[in-house]
Amino acid sequence: MLDNLNLLVLAPFLNVQLLVDGLFIGAIFALASFGLALVWGVMNVKNLCQGEYVIMGGYFAWYMGASGIHPMLAMPVAAVGMFGFGWVIYKMIISRVVEKDMFTSLLATFGLAIVIQQALNLAFGPEVQVANSGYSTHTIPMLGGSITVAEIRLYSFLICCAFAGCIIAFMKMSRMGQAIRATAQDVRAAKVMGIDTEQVFAFTYALNAAVCGVAGVLISMIWVIQPFYGITHSIRSFVVVTAAGFGNFPGVIMAAFGLGVAEQFGGFIFGAEMQQVTVVGALLLVLIWRQVQMSRHRQAVQ
Amino acid sequence: MRHFTKWSLAAVATAAMMGTSSLAYAACEDLTLGSAISFTGKYSTNGIHAKNGYDLAAKKINEMGGVKVGDKCYNFKIKYYDDESTPARTAQLLERLIKQDGVKYFLGPYSSATTKAAAPIMEKYKIPMVEAEGASRSLFNKGYKYLFAVLSTSEQYLASSVALAAEIAKKNGKKPGDVKVAMAFENDPFSLDVRAGVLDDIKKHGLKVVIDDKLPRDLSDMSATLTKVKALKPDLLLISGHSKGAATAGRQIKELKIDTPMIALTHCEAAKVTVKYGDSANGLLCPTQWAETLSYKGAAFGSAADYDKLFKASFDGYKNVPYQSAQASAAVLVWADAIKRAQSLDTEKIRDALSKTDLKTFYGSIKFSKAGNNIAKPMVLRQIQGGKYNVVAPSEWASHKIDFPRKAQ
Repeated sequence: MLDNLNLLVLAPFLNVQLLVDGLFIGAIFALASFGLALVWGVMNVKNLCQGEYVIMGGYFAWYMGASGIHPMLAMPVAAVGMFGFGWVIYKMIISRVVEKDMFTSLLATFGLAIVIQQALNLAFGPEVQVANSGYSTHTIPMLGGSITVAEIRLYSFLICCAFAGCIIAFMKMSRMGQAIRATAQDVRAAKVMGIDTEQVFAFTYALNAAVCGVAGVLISMIWVIQPFYGITHSIRSFVVVTAAGFGNFPGVIMAAFGLGVAEQFGGFIFGAEMQQVTVVGALLLVLIWRQVQMSRHRQAVQ
Repeated sequence: MRHFTKWSLAAVATAAMMGTSSLAYAACEDLTLGSAISFTGKYSTNGIHAKNGYDLAAKKINEMGGVKVGDKCYNFKIKYYDDESTPARTAQLLERLIKQDGVKYFLGPYSSATTKAAAPIMEKYKIPMVEAEGASRSLFNKGYKYLFAVLSTSEQYLASSVALAAEIAKKNGKKPGDVKVAMAFENDPFSLDVRAGVLDDIKKHGLKVVIDDKLPRDLSDMSATLTKVKALKPDLLLISGHSKGAATAGRQIKELKIDTPMIALTHCEAAKVTVKYGDSANGLLCPTQWAETLSYKGAAFGSAADYDKLFKASFDGYKNVPYQSAQASAAVLVWADAIKRAQSLDTEKIRDALSKTDLKTFYGSIKFSKAGNNIAKPMVLRQIQGGKYNVVAPSEWASHKIDFPRKAQ
């Protein structure tokens, strides 16, 4: 561990490499977390199959790549397909648990996650798959070494930023966006104002699935996908949203970048095995910190 | 009426065929080998590869006139049960084969986990098992007396690449102590076995370890480890983490332009790295138990290439013959050889004969240590060259020269 820290001091370009990698991958985390923040904030549903939606999106890219179509083109397909899927799931399952207490929705989405995992396993087999973008990698000399930047990561970063911009604009400007925000503030008041909250919930949930699908397409071109890899993406989204708070989009972006960078440095300093531990450890710290914050708040109320 | 004639003709033909076949083997009695192996569950693909290997070898032995003991001869018949890829089920089914079905000679299940469950049962009933698909070294340090394995154990998987690196260093006038090794191994029983073997060999050759990272079970990103590799510039990079390890490494070695002169990893074929990454997989070294290009030869199947041809002709849908099938066939050959030498059907006498096995086969030489593992067959190292897997080490069996140093693709 100390050797690794020492290495970072001796070779400063490594810091840049880890930072860049972390930011690039963090942008994708931000995308998946966005959706969770929406669903959590608007419907108070903690969607445990978030990661499974990401993996499903990945399979769109893999499938199209395997059939000779460039996986980047899977993005609109995945977005539309997952939007439809999300809508159906909402109508079938989520609409029945929205009004119930937290554990019902947790159990329902957890069960859904298992069903999706097994369905993917049956459909595509348990093998690890990748989608190939075919983009090249560039080497940039810097600080007495050189860092490598894969084009696919850069493009993903830009796409994520564009998507985030679109979502924020959509929420601020469109009627549906306003309706979503109104519903998030108070469902009953929104209903009184004539908003079809059922429609808003369905749209929010479907939008979440679509955004996850897009994130999945990018993930499959940067990392690897497998039917059972959803859980790590779910955990990451939860960490980010818990840290940022759900109404807070800039917070989600910052937290996602932070998590991406923390993972890279964690993996470097403590070893690859500890990379996931960094994520879960971060969640733990965030929860403790939140708890302290809340308890202070509670006392003030008393 | 026409249907009737057709069917009756077919029936007569079948009867005639059965008649001839029973004539050919008429003098031989059946000798049942038992196996609980995975036809369903997570090991099913490889379980069926192994079954095909067992079946092909049994058929071959029977065609060659069976196994002769005194003036009698025996044909192999194999009784299978599906263990559903669960070790507990393997153990139950073996008990059933022994107690209810009265089977006294066994072939192994697929995977180390199920073989681990099988070994104590064999000890309990003092019945020998020749297994071909359990490589974990924990199978061979418990003092089992009735377990024999034809394959190389898992700690040998990457050890040959360490020897190769030391050999190349010496040739280039470098001291082995200057050869830096980076290791990334998954934290699971198989990869830790591989790692233990590598560490032994590193010690033996006096190389220097600069990175020793453990990879998580749900690995999808190892860029942090590879960044370290870029900084420390090792001469040899070793990776083991099942197919996900190979898939992740294959992708990120390319993305980070890793230019380590020698990179060896397990499960290249399972992860289909040549299909996934094309040219950028060139130069990677991948260990294997067996390859059809090896110059091994034996009495039953002829050369490795002959076996390859026969197997492809016997079973549909195989583009490459998996080594899992080849070693399964080898296990059946070991049985035939041992019974022939024992000249008895007594399990104790056969066990003693098994322990003295010294057999040359298409799969390689087979000779068991006291612990029961095969010490006569090395793990071979193949390099991906132009999208093909070519054997490059050990030099005795190599069909191609190693491309060294590997260039960043």
